[in-house]
Amino acid sequence: MKPIIELNNIHFNYQPEDASPALNNVSFSINQGEWVAIIGHNGSGKSTLAKTINGLLLPAAGSIAVGGKELNSENVWDIRRMVGMVFQNPDNQFVGSTVEDDVAFGLENQGIPREEMLVRVKDALEKVRMDSFATREPARLSGGQKQRVAIAGVVALRPEIIILDEATSMLDPEGREEVIATIKKIKEESNLTVISITHDIDEAANANRILVMKEGQLVNEGTPEKIFSAGSELIEMGLDLPFPERLKVALKQRGISVPKEYLTEERMVDWLWTSVLKK
Amino acid sequence: MMNKLILGRYIPGDSFIHTLDPRAKLIASFYFIGIIFLANNWQTYVVLAAFTFFAIFLSKVNLGFFIRGVRPLLWLILFTVALQVLFTRGGATYFEWGIFSITEFGVINGLFIFCRFVLIIFMSTLLTLTTPPLDLSDAIEYLLRPLKAVRFPVHEISLMLSIALRFVPTLMDETEKIMNAQRARGVDFGEGNLIQKMKAVVPLLIPLFVSSFNRAEDLATAMEARGYQGGEGRTKYRVLEWHLKDSFVMIAFTLMTVLLVYLRA
Repeated sequence: MKPIIELNNIHFNYQPEDASPALNNVSFSINQGEWVAIIGHNGSGKSTLAKTINGLLLPAAGSIAVGGKELNSENVWDIRRMVGMVFQNPDNQFVGSTVEDDVAFGLENQGIPREEMLVRVKDALEKVRMDSFATREPARLSGGQKQRVAIAGVVALRPEIIILDEATSMLDPEGREEVIATIKKIKEESNLTVISITHDIDEAANANRILVMKEGQLVNEGTPEKIFSAGSELIEMGLDLPFPERLKVALKQRGISVPKEYLTEERMVDWLWTSVLKK
Repeated sequence: MMNKLILGRYIPGDSFIHTLDPRAKLIASFYFIGIIFLANNWQTYVVLAAFTFFAIFLSKVNLGFFIRGVRPLLWLILFTVALQVLFTRGGATYFEWGIFSITEFGVINGLFIFCRFVLIIFMSTLLTLTTPPLDLSDAIEYLLRPLKAVRFPVHEISLMLSIALRFVPTLMDETEKIMNAQRARGVDFGEGNLIQKMKAVVPLLIPLFVSSFNRAEDLATAMEARGYQGGEGRTKYRVLEWHLKDSFVMIAFTLMTVLLVYLRA
């Protein structure tokens, strides 16, 4: 496994006179094909971090390397080609007047010939199951559909890395599940690296690794099992409790002793029926 | 609000007029406005009206839409016609009172101006009803292309135009939402005298402006993240195709010009 993203001691400040920096001495690396979730409270620097990775924000100190190349003002556009981003508000990132125009927008920017654009747009829309909506206007789509179009727009560019900057936070539970499933499928098909910035527990549970941000610093990292075993501290980290954890808390309150480590839903079921049998 | 507005609305369809190249339609519409001033007797107006109604017939759009398109301008038309009728002198005089007079020439002039207005509105409504706004902005970009030679920012203008068009329904929705939210807090829109009415608009306008700024910032970030670097080196997904029938439309307009010049008094 080779690291595709490396951050070294990143510092960032929106205004030089700000007392506490938005990012303070952040270092981590992400391997190719990994799914990493970044969690943390509002204002913990998650979105700022995401924007530094593709050069939308330039750090005050520290270095960023994407795909082995160090990010600087000359190669920022090459690096943006490698990194696709999906943002929070489905309405505000819809540039095109119709679905297909929006998917084509990124391709037009790269000067891709029209014949290839037609193939890629169709292909990307099929991947997110929006091909029957190709000529629709954004005003006639739901939030989840718009977000899937935004993903198609990124997929059509064939990036190596996709960053989801709270891409599901304005969606209903159904739209959220749809979007996560779409990303999961595309990731498996094309060995993408996914960085998802999220408050959503299911999205974080899909990750190989979770990074926890607090006040501009990276305070914790580990597998979802390790992070979720923190129990009620998760709420302080800016996440909800996963359902098995909530069940454990409720059982504890009723005087039942529960295992300390994190259990997935299946393992929770296993534990429940074996413990009932033991009695 | 949107439902009353016929001007700028698009009615989907696949008629002869719908499938014409937007450039042909745009040129034809402007050309029509030009040649309508050639008409100066009843024969020429009959030719123009027949031509317009034939175009409307070809578009398969219900005539009611066109009549509704005229409605918002009705007062302006009647006012202009009334001025013409009351102040033109010449020919037989039917009625006179001070500076006002109704004369033969006045009535004829008034009728001509009425026809002129209605035909121009019908033609431009036909353009917008049968052409999606996006195709229109593509056509405008294409036709403005020669201006690049004098450093006119054609790409930027057309990008702005297409983003503006794309956000019209989004902003309409948002306006509605803010209005309802402010109504829920007790703001009365459209009540009271002029000053009170204007004051009531402030809690609508300011949030709308602020949110537009935020939208613009988000959109600019999203565009940059998707590699937008300006018009240089961009390819185009949408292409306009000029077919034989577009040339036929141009020929039809030329023939009509010849006919008008021949018929005019």
